[in-house]
Formats: sequence, C-alpha cells, structure tokens
Amino acid sequence: MNAPLPLHKFHGGIHPPTHKAQSTQHPIGQAKIPAQLIIPFYQHAGNQAKPIVAVGERVLKGQMIGMPQGHISSAIHASTSGTISALDMQTIAHPSGLQDLCATLLPDGLDEWIAHAPLDYPTMTADEIRHALRMAGVVGLGGATFPSDVKLSRSDAKHVIHTLVLNGAECEPYITCDDMVMRERAAEILNGAEIVRGLLRAEKILIGIEDNKPQAIAALQQAAMQGAHQNIHVVAVPTIYPGGGEKQLLRVLTGIEVPAHQRPTDFGLQCFNVATVYQIWRALALGEPLISRIVTVTGNVRQAQNYEVLLGTPVLEIVAQAGILPDTHSYIMGGPMMGFTLPTDAVGVIKASNCIIAASAKLFPPPPPAMPCIRCTRCADVCPAELQPQDLFWFAKSKNFEQAKKYNLFDCIECGACNYVCPSQIPLVQYYRFAKGEIRTQNKEQANADTARQRFEFRFSRIEREKQEKAAKLAAREKPAPTELPISDKVNEL
Amino acid sequence: MLTALFVMSGIALVLGAVLGFAALKFKVGGNPLIEKIDAILPQTQCGQCTFPGCKPYATAIAEGRADINQCPPGGEEGIRKLADLLGVDFKPFGENAAPAVKSVAFIDESTCIGCTLCIQACPVDAITGAAKQMHTIISAECTGCVLCVAPCPVDCISMITIEEKVNTWKWKYPVFPIAPINPAARP
Repeated sequence: MNAPLPLHKFHGGIHPPTHKAQSTQHPIGQAKIPAQLIIPFYQHAGNQAKPIVAVGERVLKGQMIGMPQGHISSAIHASTSGTISALDMQTIAHPSGLQDLCATLLPDGLDEWIAHAPLDYPTMTADEIRHALRMAGVVGLGGATFPSDVKLSRSDAKHVIHTLVLNGAECEPYITCDDMVMRERAAEILNGAEIVRGLLRAEKILIGIEDNKPQAIAALQQAAMQGAHQNIHVVAVPTIYPGGGEKQLLRVLTGIEVPAHQRPTDFGLQCFNVATVYQIWRALALGEPLISRIVTVTGNVRQAQNYEVLLGTPVLEIVAQAGILPDTHSYIMGGPMMGFTLPTDAVGVIKASNCIIAASAKLFPPPPPAMPCIRCTRCADVCPAELQPQDLFWFAKSKNFEQAKKYNLFDCIECGACNYVCPSQIPLVQYYRFAKGEIRTQNKEQANADTARQRFEFRFSRIEREKQEKAAKLAAREKPAPTELPISDKVNEL
Repeated sequence: MLTALFVMSGIALVLGAVLGFAALKFKVGGNPLIEKIDAILPQTQCGQCTFPGCKPYATAIAEGRADINQCPPGGEEGIRKLADLLGVDFKPFGENAAPAVKSVAFIDESTCIGCTLCIQACPVDAITGAAKQMHTIISAECTGCVLCVAPCPVDCISMITIEEKVNTWKWKYPVFPIAPINPAARP
C-alpha cells in the first residue's frame, strides 16, 4: 500500500528469547467475574483519585467510584455491578509491596451496565473530548499509565504535532497483549488513531510493530485499506529489545533522536500505545470507561493466553483460569526485563498490568551471586540510551549522586539490557533505581528546605518590624506631641 | 629613562584605578561561605545544634565556633556535604546527636485551649490559630523541629512519624544475602 519508509537504528539493544508464541495460540479469552474485586484508587501517574462511593453502596458496571483530583489524574470506575464492601488500605500491585486505598467490590453476578451511550465526538470540542477521556479513566496502557487527556493537550503554538506514532512494538519477552489487540481489533485501533490525529492536528500516522508479529502487521494493513484511512503507515521495525521504548521507536521510525530533558512533542511527535488508542475509541465511540484490559497470562501455566480482565480481578484468580502448574512460587507483573515480582497473589489487576508471568525456579532460576565489575563495557555496548552503565554503577554504588547526574543517570530507561549482558551478573538497574530515588528525594528535600528558609527569614523580619513599631509607638506615647501645647493654651484662653 | 618611569607609573595608576573601581563595583556583601553552608543545612530551624536556627549555626561554622556534626536532621549526608565544602574530614555524629526519623507535629484539637504558645514557638509559621481558638498544624510546612511540643501547657501536641507511602517509596540500596561458605571447601 505504502512505499517502505527508510528505517533508522538506535544504539545497542539485545536479543533475548521472546517466549511469545505460547500465549498467541488462542484468541483473547474473557476472564470470569471473580468473587471479589480489589480496585485501587491509585492506578495512574499523578494524583490519586478520590473515592466518591460509600461502603455498602450498590454500584453499576462502569459507574465512577473515584474522582480525578488535580491536573494529572484520572477517574476510577466499578468494573462490574455489585456492592462496595470496603474502602480500606490493601496491598496493591506495586514493587514496594505497600498498602494503598482500595475499594473492595463484591459482584452481584448481574454485570449490569450504568446508562451509557456513544458520544457524539465529531461535534465535540477538543476540551470536551479531553474531559470525557479524563472522566472515562483512559490512561496509557503501555505501562506508564500516564493520563491520555494530558498527552492530548500539548498541541499548542510551541508544540505543533505533525506525526502521531502508535507503539505496537511490544519488545519485551513473554508479553503479547498488544499483539493480540492488533490482530483482533485492528479497525477499532485505527478509528481511535483517527480521533487522536484529529485532536493533535497531526498529518501522518506511523504504526511501529516489530517484525516478529506478521499477523498484527497484516491485520492493521488490511484494516487501513478497508477503512480507507489516508496517510497511515504500518511499519515493520526490526525485533530488538528495547525497540518499544518511546525514544527508541521514534528514532527507528523517524531518525529523530530526542535529547535528554526534551520530549517528543518538542519535535512534532507524539506517541501512543496501540491499546491506549483502542481504549480512547472505546471511551468515545461506545461511551464505555476503562474497566477492563487485555492481560497476557503466561509462564508456568498449563495454557498461556491473553484475557480481557476486569480491573481489580485478583491475580491468583486470573492465573488459575490459565491453570497454574504446581511448582509456581511467585508472579511477575510486566515482563521479565522490566517487571517486578508481585508482593502477594491477592492483589488486583490494575491499568498497568499488561502481563502476568507465573514464575518457577525452573523458568527463572535465582540469579547467581554478583561478581565484581571487570569494566568490560559490554553494558555500554548494549545501552539504548548511549550511557556508560559501568560508570553509573560505580557512582550509584558509592552514592556519588552528583557524578551520576552528570553522567545522565536520568536518561536511563531501566530496560535491563545491561543486566542481561553483564558477565559478572551485577543487578545494575537496581543500583540505578536506587540512585534515582535518592536524587529525587534529595531534590524534594532541598525544595522543602528552601521554603522553610524563606518562611523562617520572613518570620524573623516580621518580628523585628513588630518590635520596631512597638518601640516607635511607645516613644510616641511617652513624649507628648508639641502640637498639643497650643490646644492647652486655647483652653486657658477659654 | 624618564619616559620609562612615566610609562610605568602611568600603567600603575591606570591599573590601580581599575582595581579600585572593581573592588567597589563587585564588592561581595557578607561572608559568601555562610550562604553556602546555609544552603546545605536542612532548614528545620530546630535548634538541635544549640544555635537558634540554621543561619546562626552556619555563621558559627564559618567562624570556626561550631563543628560540622551538630545537625541531626541533616543526617550523615549533610555532614559529608559540609566536609566537602569546607575541605575537612568527615566526622560522625556525637553520642547525644543522632539523626531522628522524619516526623510532623500533630495537635489534638479537642484538647487544645488556644493559648498561642506553640504559634510563637514555631520557627516557620506552620501553625495557624488565634487566642482562645483551636490551633492546627499546616503539615506541608512543618519541618518536624519539635520546638512546639515543650511550650504546650496541656500536652496536646505529638510528633507523628512520616510513614512511607506508595508515592513516596523509593528503591532501596541493593543488598544481597551472604551465602554461608562451607569451611571444608575453603583452600
């Protein structure tokens, strides 16, 4: 259909075994409604949503239970009809294993929808559409869960977007949820892409898909032809990890290297995950909020498969549907490269849960003890951000954060390619994450200290001023003003 | 001979005038070292260093009247930064000054009698209220200095430790368990 675009390359990258075939053998299945749903109010980047339901209240499927607060926030909805049995702190799907505010929803089995209708989005203003997306709880489903409405509001005079890039690369091993969405829902994805293109006033759409997904590429190409979409290019990009990283994919597709401290929008590019675009279409064309997502259930299970899972479904229940094999010892959310081990198997599926891998000692043997760094610089050879991981490791390990910042630690995308090739098996990314966290905390504390200093100094000067004013008043009272003399003279005269 | 003398003294005069002008024009007000030290201090204004606030402590360090290890809220990281700045060796905390866990003050509002003593004690104006009216802490501005606790006549102020939440959590320093070595296997 389209002439092949010239492709570019990013630095480094690795070729880990993909393990994708096992979960693409079956179409997307519908996960069962579980006995209870645990829905956290913190499922997106930005501010937590504020609960707007009471314990004991009956809610309908798609009813908003969490109101977005502040600019960067998103709504939370009930995934099915039922009763809110608790609003309390529960362990959530987060690497910290900490507790956060969750709603426990006991489904009544009726799965009764709240009144909803397709929105007449062609006649709506851009602001109205953005508001609708915010209230529909649509966030980026590639993993970062950044509210989509915020990303759609950057098309101002300074940031003219000319190209919309859809990310269907899905480079991380095991994960196939985007692949299956593209295979089965290609037309909807393209309709969503048209909506986004209209909002951003972009001209071109580039869809980047790794060439190990020929069926997804074919499905999208066919849908583009059938839907008579103009200026959409479905591009097969080389399979290399982490080719699905935003900056990496943009580089491959456009040749533009987005520098540190700058965003793709500064170069007229905006990137959305294919599943996000699908959800945008669903929110506007069907009026359905984000209450379910496609989750790859794979690893140590009898039958790996993708499921459409209601948000809040306990991880154990969804994996049980795929058949847990007996030697499973833990569950990984996300992929083996960038994912994390879930604190318990009772946590609810959240908007960021693209994949759940049942882990066994055979599939993921415990890492051998780390050996000293021999400065072989194999990590630098594979680093997609063109950093010097061996130096960053040194600085992070010795807590030399200033130097780490100077070596552009914050350009690290934590892809784990350096870990993968390290002959000493050093968990490098763990050190980078530690250093990033410490630097962020230090910055925050510095900002707090600066306000405290200002307040202290203001208070000090205020007290000084009050003292002076008091002294001046006292002086005025003790020494009667000379103007009073003539008055007494007048009195005498009277 | 005479020309050379004139030229040399002429140059000396011109350069002297330039230097004199520069000294007036680019005069550094105050001691810049104090500002630099003050920037490192955590600004809790708690007085645990025995000086009435961070700036006085910074002045004392600059004048050599105080040591660099007297600021518990700054932690060991703070001592390290001060040592770097001043070109002295790192010094651990003394026995009576150890870094405490971060906390904020909390007023039990049902017990508060509205005496305003805590408001007067707060170094950063983080307590609101008026005479005979209930007081409360603006927790975002509270530095956790504990200065308000002692003046309270009804003991209604307590310090609450700031717990780690999901949005404040950070990755920990990687620690690996040391595997026991079989003594027989050692060479």
